[in-house]
Amino acid sequence: MASFKPTKIHVYPKLGEKVTQDTLYWKNYKAPIQIKQFGAVSNVAFSPVAPYNFAVTAFTRIHIYGPFSQEPIKSFTRFKDTAYSGRFRSDGQLLVAGCEDSVVRLFDVGGKTALRMFKGHTKAVHLTDFTSDRYQIVTGSDDYSCRLWDIPNATELNTYREHTDYIRCGVTSKLNRDLFITGSYDHTVKLFDVRTDKSVMTMDHEQPVESLLLYPSEGLLVSAGGRFVKVWDLLKQGQPLVSLRNHHKTVTCLCLSKNGERLLSASLDRHVKVYNTTNYKVVHNFDYPASILSLALAPYDESIVVGMTNSVLSIKHKKSPSESKDSTSQQRRRPSYRMFVKGKNYIPKQDDFLVGKQVKEHLAKHDKQLKKFNVSKALDTALESWTRRRKPEVTVAVIKELNRRGTLKNALAGRDEQELSRILNFLIGNLVDARFTLVLVTPAEMILDIYRSIIGQSPVIDRQLLRLHELLERELDYQRELLEVLGMLDTLFASSLPRNAVECSGISSSNGFFLTY
Amino acid sequence: MVEHADIRVVHRGGSKINFRAPVISDDSRLLLCASGECVKVYSTSTEECVHHLRAHTDVVTGVVLRPSNHLQVYSCSMDGTIRLWDFTDAILIKTYVIGQPIYSIYASAQHNGVLFITIPMLNDKTSEMFHLVAVHLQQSTEQLVEARELSVVISHVSSNPAAIAFGRAGEYLASTKGLQLEVFFLKKQKSNRFSLKEENKKGRKNTFSCVTCHPTDDCIATGHEDGQIRLWRNFSHKKEYTYSTLHWHHTTVGSLCFTPEGTNLLSGGVESVLVQWRYNQDTQRDFLPRLGAAITHVTVSPDGTLFTTTHSDNKITIIRSGAKVSAVIQGLVKGESIETDLLIDPRSKALVMNGKPGHLQFYSLQRDKLMYNLDIVQQEYIYQSDLQQFEVVKAAFNSSGNWLATVEREQKDAELELNLKLWAFDDQTQSFVLNTTISAPHENRITALCFSPATDSQTTTVLVSSSKDGHFKAWQLAAHTEDEGPCWSCDFVGAYHGLVPSCCCFSADGSLLAVSFQEVVTVWSSASWELLTTLSQPPGDIRDLCFGQLSCSKYLLGTSTSNLLLCWNLLTCSLEWSTSMDISLLLADPLSENMAAFCSQSGYTHLFVFKPSEPRPIFSQKAVCSGKVMRAVFAPREEMLESCEESSQWLNRCQLYFLSQHMDLMTFTTKAEEDKLMDSSKQLVIDDTVAMTPFHLLLGKRRKEREEPQPAVSSPSAQRSSSSIRELLQTPAHVLPSTSYLCSMFVRSLLISVTDNREENNEAEGEMDSEKEEEDSEEEMDTRDTRPEQVSAESVSPALTKAQLRELRRLKKQDHSWLQGLLDP
Repeated sequence: MASFKPTKIHVYPKLGEKVTQDTLYWKNYKAPIQIKQFGAVSNVAFSPVAPYNFAVTAFTRIHIYGPFSQEPIKSFTRFKDTAYSGRFRSDGQLLVAGCEDSVVRLFDVGGKTALRMFKGHTKAVHLTDFTSDRYQIVTGSDDYSCRLWDIPNATELNTYREHTDYIRCGVTSKLNRDLFITGSYDHTVKLFDVRTDKSVMTMDHEQPVESLLLYPSEGLLVSAGGRFVKVWDLLKQGQPLVSLRNHHKTVTCLCLSKNGERLLSASLDRHVKVYNTTNYKVVHNFDYPASILSLALAPYDESIVVGMTNSVLSIKHKKSPSESKDSTSQQRRRPSYRMFVKGKNYIPKQDDFLVGKQVKEHLAKHDKQLKKFNVSKALDTALESWTRRRKPEVTVAVIKELNRRGTLKNALAGRDEQELSRILNFLIGNLVDARFTLVLVTPAEMILDIYRSIIGQSPVIDRQLLRLHELLERELDYQRELLEVLGMLDTLFASSLPRNAVECSGISSSNGFFLTY
Repeated sequence: MVEHADIRVVHRGGSKINFRAPVISDDSRLLLCASGECVKVYSTSTEECVHHLRAHTDVVTGVVLRPSNHLQVYSCSMDGTIRLWDFTDAILIKTYVIGQPIYSIYASAQHNGVLFITIPMLNDKTSEMFHLVAVHLQQSTEQLVEARELSVVISHVSSNPAAIAFGRAGEYLASTKGLQLEVFFLKKQKSNRFSLKEENKKGRKNTFSCVTCHPTDDCIATGHEDGQIRLWRNFSHKKEYTYSTLHWHHTTVGSLCFTPEGTNLLSGGVESVLVQWRYNQDTQRDFLPRLGAAITHVTVSPDGTLFTTTHSDNKITIIRSGAKVSAVIQGLVKGESIETDLLIDPRSKALVMNGKPGHLQFYSLQRDKLMYNLDIVQQEYIYQSDLQQFEVVKAAFNSSGNWLATVEREQKDAELELNLKLWAFDDQTQSFVLNTTISAPHENRITALCFSPATDSQTTTVLVSSSKDGHFKAWQLAAHTEDEGPCWSCDFVGAYHGLVPSCCCFSADGSLLAVSFQEVVTVWSSASWELLTTLSQPPGDIRDLCFGQLSCSKYLLGTSTSNLLLCWNLLTCSLEWSTSMDISLLLADPLSENMAAFCSQSGYTHLFVFKPSEPRPIFSQKAVCSGKVMRAVFAPREEMLESCEESSQWLNRCQLYFLSQHMDLMTFTTKAEEDKLMDSSKQLVIDDTVAMTPFHLLLGKRRKEREEPQPAVSSPSAQRSSSSIRELLQTPAHVLPSTSYLCSMFVRSLLISVTDNREENNEAEGEMDSEKEEEDSEEEMDTRDTRPEQVSAESVSPALTKAQLRELRRLKKQDHSWLQGLLDP
């Protein structure tokens, strides 16, 4: 006697993005806090010391925010024109910023007015940074020059005029006080050594360079410009390692996650992409409402701060571990551990007679009804609201099974208004789903056959039937359009293939449509 | 008919066992059932076939126990004989010749020496009229008895054995035919007839389908085509008879049976549910559902402990009372058509084809036993008369047997549902496990399915399916994600001018794929999916394609609808030769260059075996069977035959099986092989006389212990010595060491056999005894030593080992005087 074979629930391929460790990690952030600024947010920089405040450069101001405050805890407003590139020194005490008026200002984080003003550039200064010995500042300007300043004396130490276009970005080495790198709109990235007067290495990015990033080990350099993100190996004389083209607009900002395993790039196309730094594959993607100009990650990835052209600053904080756990623990309460181990640790003695326990086969509710040939009840259980909404494939499988048994009509007939409207609701929701259409067309036709005579008696049913009608009309139009597109694609493919009589015949209709199976 | 005397076409296994109701022996240990031309005796506990009762020359139509001797059984056959057997030892006791085909047989305990049989009223095979006759069996000592004492009991009966039943104590016979029930009282020699209307009020058919009688009560139970069971009572009166109805079955009641005590009535039908009705308590009934297939016969053992149900899928289920299935005897399932070709599982060498709905069956050809059914569709089987079921229509194994591809199809009106499933062999569970399901792989029927042969383990296997939608697709195993295992996905879609592909075939090394599109054969490179060349020989569409094997791999053979056998040379891309014959099936032997072609001509099928490179066929046999042969397969042999004759050499490595028009599985055998089979079948008797109960385990062990010491008493040394002598005598003379060397050993082996004698003679010589024991052990060593020496050398004087030298010396010292007495008595 064979046991009842349960209804086969078809497993459909999951639509949407696949859940990986990365998606789980990067999804584990709270809803963003949005703070309106006075203008486009051109730079965001985190203080390297606790409590990890961050400086937001927007229009003529630099605001410093605490990790969880919505209001700035400090503002520097003494800029005559648009400020650029507010960055902290490695001890978090000093902040340097460039300005459209070519003056570089140095602030004490505790104070209000500028400690030093470095004048010498003739055009806007977009790049300012401290060297790793804390006593010097590197600046880069639209006058094609970059300069090295001494902080205590407020004097200019050196000027480098090697770039032939605006200098918009740069980094200083954290390990060597003498090295800094600048990127320019002349498509080159240059590595300067303070001990010499010339650049020691030049890399060609082939696009105006917008952002530079050094790996913590400082062996690899990442440059962003145009649609490209390029990685260079500095230890091999600036050999290009990899070129990434995942954005479709200019990449504006680069950032590394806490342990250097993930690289983030932000772009004017409103996306932030997360790359795996071992194989440089995109592992995650964030969407933002406007073009992104600046991006920063708090130490330990505690928060993601993004500044956009619509002058909105978006801050996402990581969920605390207790918060992320709560949601799962509430869902399921398991029997206690004691219940599970009950009797399990008993070791049978030699002359014990083992009585096998009959394994009780578990059947789903609808299968129990199907086993008893209760077709209407089987359909009812499959249409229970939880199944219907969460697992439409179960409902569809039961309908398919009933149809196979030839008893679908019996199951659908003899329903009252409420039950019928439930079935219709399900059909309206799922009929145009490509995975279910083939199966669900049959019950839809049957319902029309069975209940044709009662149309007009119930306003609820009539309304639903009208909705179904509209839905089908729309779907038909949609399908027609799709076929048109397919036809167009076919002509494109046909014209792009080489004119080889034999070859053509072989793959004439493999236009991608068939390959999707 | 047979051209070559030593090659014969024979039936090979898989005959029906559900043709007639089985019979269970009185002690419920053996089950007998008619199966083709023999009666098979099965053990009810082990499911094993114990004996074949072979003597009939036509289909056996009935088996019945001899009422007066419960160890004997009568069987009747279409060849017009009744045979009496001792079924425990498979001995034919007597043969009664009737001279007319017999359709069924009945016996009653009250009628000693009389058998009741149904035979045609006119002595004519095509006759549709039958009567029940009583045969009086004469007492005689002869083997062959002519039974001429026939007396008609009831005329115009049905030939169906279920339509006639003996009543209580053999007093009356109930016979049904059409809408009439006839009760014949044997003592009074008169009959009452009861007729039913053709249709009842609800428009259902009242036609009788089966009948049975209560063993102790005057009650007849009849089954009807509308699913009703009627219980007739008081039928000795023509007018005042009554009947009550039981209704559960929704269509024809297939079989009815009372238990020996008459407390229960069992019924079964197409629903494949065994229903147990309580006699006189109509509302109570028990069910045993999902027995697998429609029930055709229900029987109960004479002691009432076993029920058996026979099913339409060639299966007998044995059910212990308590409604538990205890054993299943499963024969080869043969539906109306074999949609999947005959296949050979490369792993188990089993024959694979579709059997039960939605299943693939694995049938061992060597043991003539169904190994297992693989559930392909995995759906609850629901019987309903006009319900379309999923059918397994195509199957293919890859060359190592690791992968199995199946196609299942459900045709519902205009809709076609196709599923392509790929199964991986799991070494742990030793069965196939579903790996990938591809729903709707093609938009229309799949015409062919084949795996590429794996030349080495690195290359991935490719599955090619061609369909009526004008495409063929190549499927490949690919790892999609890290967390899931590899699964199959489409690699390439090919088409040729919108023509419909009909068959596809890989070359032996897997580098070429030939796909036939109507009258054009296209050859593709399987590495790059490039179309390499096209071959065609219009008019006529290509029906079959086959690459040559081994040395003939440069040839591609095809048959076309214009009755041509074509052979292309792939090196020159031109037609090598062609001949005109109507070939229904072309097969390549996977282990040799041979090809087999079945061609039909004027209603008969001829077989030709040939090599593509040679114009002359190796073997040809005219009129292999009637009708067309559509399915055949080369099954590799387990051990090679060593036949030297040219005509039978093609059977050395493989055996050719084919299915005839009537779905009989046939094969070709040589004389030598048959002789070998006969020998082996005699040894195949399984002793299960004692059931393995705990009691047996206890007692059996004790008994064995008692038995074992018995042989131990007889001297072991004698045995040993005789074995050494045998060894010495059996080895060829030219590999033996010189006689002078062997002589001493030979003599010594004789010495030991008379130990007892010697001990009697001189008991006091304890010292000698101990020495002799030493000798014993030495001698043992020697016998072991002889073998390597024999092999090693034709060297005339082998160097003697130290031990042997010492022995020789000791031998010299010994007193051999007693030997003299033995040698010349």
